[in-house]
Amino acid sequence: MSNEAVLHTNVEGAITHDEHHDEHHEHHHHETFITKYVFSQDHKMIAKQFLITGMVWAVLGGLMSVLFRLQLGYPDSHFPFLENILGKWWVQNGQITAQAYYALVTTHGTVLVFFVLTAGLSGTFANFLIPLQVGARDMASPFLNMLSYWFFFSASVVMLSSIFVETGPFSGGWTAYPPLSALKDASPGSGTGMDLWLIAMALFVVSSLLGGLNYIVTILNLRTKGMSMTRLPLTIWSLFFTAVLGVLSFPVLLSGFILLIFDRNFGTSFYLSDIYISGVGALPNEGGNAILFQHLFWFLGHPEVYIILLPAMGMVSEILSVNSRKPIFGYMAMVGSLFAIAILAFLVWAHHMFVTGLNPFLGSIFVLLTLLIAVPSAIKVFNWLTTLWRGNIRFTPAMMFAIGFVSLFISGGLTGIWLGNSALDIHLHDTMFIVAHFHIVMGVASMFGMFAGIYHWYPKMYGRYLNNTLGYIHFWITMVGAYLIFWPMHYEGLAGMPRRYYSYSAWESFKQFGGLNQFISTVAMIVFSVQILFLLNFFYSIWKGRKVTTQNPYGSNTLEWTAPIRPGHGNWPGEIPEVHRWAYDYAKDGREFIPQTTPVDPNEANH
Amino acid sequence: MMATVVSQERKRLHPHKFLLWVGIGSIIMMFAGLTSAYIVRRSAANWLEFSLPPVFWYSTFVILLSSLTMHLSVKAFKAREMMRYRTLITITAGLGVLFATLQFFGFYYLNTHGVQLLGQGSNPAASFLAVITGLHVLHVLGGVIALLVIFMRAYSMRIKSYNVTTIEIAGTYWHFVDILWVYLFIFFNLV
Ligand code: HEM
Ligand SMILES: [Cu+2]
Repeated sequence: MSNEAVLHTNVEGAITHDEHHDEHHEHHHHETFITKYVFSQDHKMIAKQFLITGMVWAVLGGLMSVLFRLQLGYPDSHFPFLENILGKWWVQNGQITAQAYYALVTTHGTVLVFFVLTAGLSGTFANFLIPLQVGARDMASPFLNMLSYWFFFSASVVMLSSIFVETGPFSGGWTAYPPLSALKDASPGSGTGMDLWLIAMALFVVSSLLGGLNYIVTILNLRTKGMSMTRLPLTIWSLFFTAVLGVLSFPVLLSGFILLIFDRNFGTSFYLSDIYISGVGALPNEGGNAILFQHLFWFLGHPEVYIILLPAMGMVSEILSVNSRKPIFGYMAMVGSLFAIAILAFLVWAHHMFVTGLNPFLGSIFVLLTLLIAVPSAIKVFNWLTTLWRGNIRFTPAMMFAIGFVSLFISGGLTGIWLGNSALDIHLHDTMFIVAHFHIVMGVASMFGMFAGIYHWYPKMYGRYLNNTLGYIHFWITMVGAYLIFWPMHYEGLAGMPRRYYSYSAWESFKQFGGLNQFISTVAMIVFSVQILFLLNFFYSIWKGRKVTTQNPYGSNTLEWTAPIRPGHGNWPGEIPEVHRWAYDYAKDGREFIPQTTPVDPNEANH
Repeated sequence: MMATVVSQERKRLHPHKFLLWVGIGSIIMMFAGLTSAYIVRRSAANWLEFSLPPVFWYSTFVILLSSLTMHLSVKAFKAREMMRYRTLITITAGLGVLFATLQFFGFYYLNTHGVQLLGQGSNPAASFLAVITGLHVLHVLGGVIALLVIFMRAYSMRIKSYNVTTIEIAGTYWHFVDILWVYLFIFFNLV
């Protein structure tokens, strides 16, 4: 079936379609506001929907972190004005309540990991870039693609509503370990809040699955003529592995959730055993095993961190190459290391469970497999640096964020090697060291990948440029701020300061970190406000930004820059271009760049 | 030029079929997750041993039979024997519903023979059986709904067309849930 046909069918298949489509792809459908902007099946519009929904969540999730940092940084201060805004449940006497603190930490984690860095990142760039860069009219099933967004939207609505229920949102951590998540009486948020959390997450899993199926099939099945797999840009390779990870690991999370739902609502004992709740008494549940949930959760949870990271890696590779005006160094090694990371991602989940009573012999196997990840990671870092090496570098804001990503990935990856040793992890587990590790290597790094992607592809998305000056301000303050926030947390963690605690005032030994915590919280607020600046830039530029006037403003080789400046549904007005070479012919034979659509000259040097 | 592009793309698997295959991969992962959880939990203490309800043998026979009728209905469709196709697909859907009913008889049998599946006092061994088998039944019923939709469309269609893709996709899915049950049945009998 041709690309044209795909565009004109939905999931029910091509049966009712009888008209002939000529080569000139024209639109006979008329588009209403609803079909164009709301229930759109155009991958580019769906990408923007994912992006903007993700941005709303990023702001909400970011605000939550500002609130709980307020508690950590200024445990003795009072902010009566917050009480007026948020109400008694959240703030009492001008102080964040303990319940609210746990709710904020939990919702911040859930939202940032799943809604911002999974849906907002993969959802946006897989949708936007896959058809444009492989040379397809749209996704394999535009209808399922649309559903994928609306499932995400419903998940968002349910998650949002959980913030407003009387007993508050779920507050047992983003990992939702039982028994806090399994017993409705375990904490205020374990009742209705957790019900809503589970519904939202189930909807979210469906959304990611529908999305992932489409991404995989589109990449494997709908590439344009000449676009062999080894000619794909690295963005596509990384989005491909991301989708594979998601399609294989999210169902396992779902099965964990299903058992959890049964424990909560149907009196089963999958995760529960011999529990006594004060005020309620001894529970009848017997024979359950709470660790079982951890296995099911981390079997997704670890691949999930790579689901978050891989798209950023792919975009960074592309952006570094384009803006160094050099081919990416070691293309096949880049693909191979993505592959190795994807495989290893399924084999290391128990490194999150070293202190659960895991058999030490089994633990040592997981140590070995975990530390093996350092190999492909190092290959990638090496290749990024060598791509930059003696490049003709253009320091655009996208490039700055891409380089920032490399820096953060190195810093955070190194602490991973500490944690991967089970002996060290006994000391470091559940301390602020973990918070530092994963925020640098995943949280901030993937955010940087996302920013790089937005700055780089914004002209393709909206036909206008973002303001560069604001971009540089955004970059520098975020970059410096991120290190100032998370670097000191390593010291706190090494000193044994646990994570997720509401207050440390009971410990004499952590008093020394009072000033440091204040400092971290202050920087967090500054960094948060700079993100608002970015949002202003983003929305202002949609309507008022400088217009893009040339089709290929960066001199890039990839296919999206052969489409019109503002492509319609179907991407290319005429035929889909044919591809003759890989995506990285920069600085070759004295030419600055050679687009993928340029036929190979017989006299050309081999790459 | 255009012709070569099309013929080259023809050789590839239809994208919607491909979607189904990847989807099947993810359903497999879900059941793999559940059955490995079963194995992990089984090796711990307090595990109730009981034998499967005999009616599961009948349901296994029913679902195998439905795969056969499904296969024949796809063949009938390809041979343009629409009457035969409609009859066979109705039988297939009916067998699907029968399968689901038999499974629930199985649950009922266990509950009345002292093996409590859910609720207070239930043992995870029985709950696992209920949840895993129940999820499988949901997948079968999903297939039944898909068949009904295809069936309805065969009547309401304005343009007569003989696109086999949709029915083939339904067929593949149907055989998949069949094989899935056979796997689960063997699993519960052996493990
Ligand atoms: C060489 C590479 C890496 C190694 C060896 C490594 C190792 C570890 C280990 C052992 C833990 C568990 C610590 C504990 O809870 O006691 C951990 C936590 C974590 N890692 Fe990594 N890591 C690496 C890279 C990454 C990357 C690339 C990401 C994300 C993109 C990541 C994200 C996380 C997250 C989110 C957690 C904490 C989850 C939680 O408990 O809330 N890590 N890492
Ligand atoms: Cu991990």
